Amino acid sequence: MAASSTADDVKLLGGWPSPFSNRIQIALNLKSIPYDFIEETFTPKSHLLLKSNPVHKQIPVLFHHDKPICESIVILQYIDEVWTKGQSLLPSDSYDRAIARFWAAYIDDKWFPSLRQLTIFAQGEDAISAALKQIVEATAVVEGAFADCSKGKAYFGGDKIGYLDLVFGCFLGWLRLAEKVVGVDLLTETKTPGLVGWVERFSSNDAVKSVIQEPEKLMETLEFLKAMFNASTT
Amino acid sequence: MGEVKVFGVRRSPYSCRVEIALKLKGIKYDFIEEDLSNKSPLLLKYNPVHKKIPVLVHNENPIAESLVILEYIEETWKGTPILPEDPYQRAMARFWSKFIDEKCMPALLKAAVKERENKKAIEEAAELLKILENELEGKKFFGGDNIGLVDIVADFIGYWLGLIQHVTGLELLTKEKFPNLCEWSHEFLSSSIVKESFPPSDHLLEYIRSWLSANPSK
Repeated sequence: MAASSTADDVKLLGGWPSPFSNRIQIALNLKSIPYDFIEETFTPKSHLLLKSNPVHKQIPVLFHHDKPICESIVILQYIDEVWTKGQSLLPSDSYDRAIARFWAAYIDDKWFPSLRQLTIFAQGEDAISAALKQIVEATAVVEGAFADCSKGKAYFGGDKIGYLDLVFGCFLGWLRLAEKVVGVDLLTETKTPGLVGWVERFSSNDAVKSVIQEPEKLMETLEFLKAMFNASTT
Repeated sequence: MGEVKVFGVRRSPYSCRVEIALKLKGIKYDFIEEDLSNKSPLLLKYNPVHKKIPVLVHNENPIAESLVILEYIEETWKGTPILPEDPYQRAMARFWSKFIDEKCMPALLKAAVKERENKKAIEEAAELLKILENELEGKKFFGGDNIGLVDIVADFIGYWLGLIQHVTGLELLTKEKFPNLCEWSHEFLSSSIVKESFPPSDHLLEYIRSWLSANPSK
């Protein structure tokens, strides 16, 4: 009996507007792993989603030989550990890996919630102003992280796109949308020169181009999320 | 081995996680007890982003965030493994660790400590504990036959929660509702390494009592 290659049978349950789904799509593209993309229906949540992620009921869910893996950070590390040929996502040095994991946690636990606060939850001038201050500060921290991690090279991961590039880069469409909606540039040559250069390089990569959405395309999703939030609080 | 320091607070479950992992691996370290009301310049230098404990410093290189530290310990030192070898099992261990940190811990702190009169908070915490209860079915530890990452990350549930309940009379984690979790806690606390890593129960009880009387429930 022929052994099946680990590259067989990969499915991703995701959503084109979801940055967490995009994170995995880009990773699979970078590693040249063929996969079937299953677009989640959302309203209502599909039976497949509820069955494969009963704890969180959220996308993305990666299926490898029909076994589900949930949580994008967990999925990224799984992909890196299973598909070991070619480019590795996490750095090879264990201290650099710890730093990458640290910043990934910061981006997901501090930076992105600040962006969500600004675009969805903050209502009224004062709240928006406070949210803007927070995201500007958090973005400055990420600029510092880029300087530390890139060590003068092109990406967070060094010469090649790596773990942190995916963790932060997946939010680019939403970052651009936030800038449009609020009318303030979050990434500028004066304040975040490292990130400005990085965005150009990251966005032009073939693995990324087809995945990160233009802000205009995300606008409808943003309106939907805001409406859902408002409905839940009234 | 190199020089290993842990900046922590002995009564913090997050700090104890790091000590359990280092002891499991047989790694010698210096423990620096921080005063959280007066954080040391070294702590602020080693964790400028969050200014929190625990921080592991290995050969002058600092690492913050307990889950990140646990992964670093696992990768740096051989010996007793904290994570399984199989990538799928590793993914499951990471999933459950995140679940405990991101969902269970906030809900438990709210129900047991911050809003301890709030019935809804208690119900929500119970629902999350039920998920962990089911995950333990047929297993001695979350890690299987031996203590692993998830067991270490669940240390608050294994030790602190029971002591808080003893002081406040909260009946959240009970044998009737959560037989697996209670049995697991007993097994977990039977480990000499785990016991050595925790503050003695009388110290912790005293701390809990004084904290609760200084911080009335919202």
